Amino acid sequence: MQENRTPIIEVSDLVKRFGDNTAVDHVSFVVNEGEVFGLLGPNGAGKSTIIKMLTTLLPPTSGRASVAGFDVAQQQMAVRRCIGYVPQALSADGNLTGYENLLVFAKLYDLPRAERAEKVRRALVFTGLQEVADKLVRTYSGGMIRRLEVAQAMLHQPQVLFLDEPTVGLDPVARKAVWEHLGNLRTQTSMTIFLTTHYMEEADSLCNRIAIMHLGKIVAQGAPEELKASIGGPDVTLDAVFTHYTGNTLESGGSYRETARTRRTARRLG
Amino acid sequence: MKLHAPVAPHGDLASTAQASRQRFPHAAQSLAAIVSFIEKTFTIVGLEASKIRHDPTDLFMRAIQPALWLLIFGEVFTHIRAIPTGGEGYLDFMTPGILAQSVLFVAIFSGMAIIWERDLGIIHKFLASPTPRAALVLGKALAAAVRGLAQAVIIYVLALLLDVHMNWHPLALLGVVIMVILGAACFSTFSLVIACLVKTRERFMGIGQVLTMPLFFASNAIYPVAIMPSWLQVIAHSNPLSYEVDALRALMLAGGTSTTGLVTDFVVMLVATIALVLLGAQLYPRVVR
Repeated sequence: MQENRTPIIEVSDLVKRFGDNTAVDHVSFVVNEGEVFGLLGPNGAGKSTIIKMLTTLLPPTSGRASVAGFDVAQQQMAVRRCIGYVPQALSADGNLTGYENLLVFAKLYDLPRAERAEKVRRALVFTGLQEVADKLVRTYSGGMIRRLEVAQAMLHQPQVLFLDEPTVGLDPVARKAVWEHLGNLRTQTSMTIFLTTHYMEEADSLCNRIAIMHLGKIVAQGAPEELKASIGGPDVTLDAVFTHYTGNTLESGGSYRETARTRRTARRLG
Repeated sequence: MKLHAPVAPHGDLASTAQASRQRFPHAAQSLAAIVSFIEKTFTIVGLEASKIRHDPTDLFMRAIQPALWLLIFGEVFTHIRAIPTGGEGYLDFMTPGILAQSVLFVAIFSGMAIIWERDLGIIHKFLASPTPRAALVLGKALAAAVRGLAQAVIIYVLALLLDVHMNWHPLALLGVVIMVILGAACFSTFSLVIACLVKTRERFMGIGQVLTMPLFFASNAIYPVAIMPSWLQVIAHSNPLSYEVDALRALMLAGGTSTTGLVTDFVVMLVATIALVLLGAQLYPRVVR
């Protein structure tokens, strides 16, 4: 899977504080071109904070991070042109059709006018949504919405695709469908994918390399096999790896607000 | 489908600009930037307009409140002649005020919509795209103006039914359109600024109420500023809504006159709107932090 070793995301000594609370605590890592890199940890470990800093939504308190060679704090517009971003919550607009959702982003990402219609059409075919392109997104199922969102983020063929908890709030069937979709993307493109998750299974099956986060710090990183080998061998599960490095079981609790949001999302999809 | 291609697709504008960049480097670049800014602003307006098109019931629901004000409050106060309007009937006097009011109420709702969209995650995606923040904010402001203009149509229909003496001169109508756009843009951006500061639905609901009522009552919308106590007059004179109403009163009514002067009215509204859009562009990214 590793064709080359050109770093595309470089993070060094990154810190983010909210008042007294240090959400991201001196984190450093490198993601190479073409990798699928997973940031693994429970809610509140700092995963979303890192993804928000890398996608220019949140300025770092200190440290440096660059995406595709551009500094996320200094060269925000250049970074934004090179990335696609699928936020954790449902980000497609339910009051617009699937086609309209795609067209808006085709325009905002400066796709040449002549190519927009064709690109949108191809994205609809690839995601299998062409039948429902003119229906309002609020009539879609959760899995369909996620596929639409991934398509929105990929219209401009970004170098790096950021996915924040791509399967949170989805039922097991939809979750499996999204994994398959991401798996297809991974085999059909050489795009770098950066995702956060708190599902071990997801990290294990999708990622070339993972970093385990705990309380704002990265406590271990490497290929899933390497991490398993580091504590005993191929029979070990990633759960055991996680427990080994954090002294905790991976339990998704999250704050009241996050839980409320997840449940709301689940209801919208139900 | 070929999904991975060389990076950084430039817009057609950008590539045209590239061609002329050799000759007029700065002019071409800034022209392309301005054209792109306008295009993206209207992309946002178009998106909001599509939402209204898919579900226009909201527009009709919003006709009820101004109708109640004109029919009940207006009819009653016309008969008791309690408010010195300077000659014109009270219903005539209050019609422009009610237009300004309903534009204000529609506009104030934009902040709520922003918090709602933030909770859904929609705003994150727009902020991570290469779109100038000011284009996102101005787009929202002009989208509120689309709703404001729908309110204007409703008020004009009500005014016709109630036999209000309207000015139908095309230039006066054009002036009304521009003032409604400015009013909606100004107050919706004000609401966006508040939303970016308070960030949660509950706090916004509270503060929205606390601000909307004084904005409305400390203005000349339903009574002239001259009858207010002097401390309230000071507030009314620093309230953009008073200037919006003053202009609407001069432009909408047959024989309507302006107290502060139309030029002052438009300048005040334009400056307030621009200042708020610039402030909003600074604060907007904070809503997702």
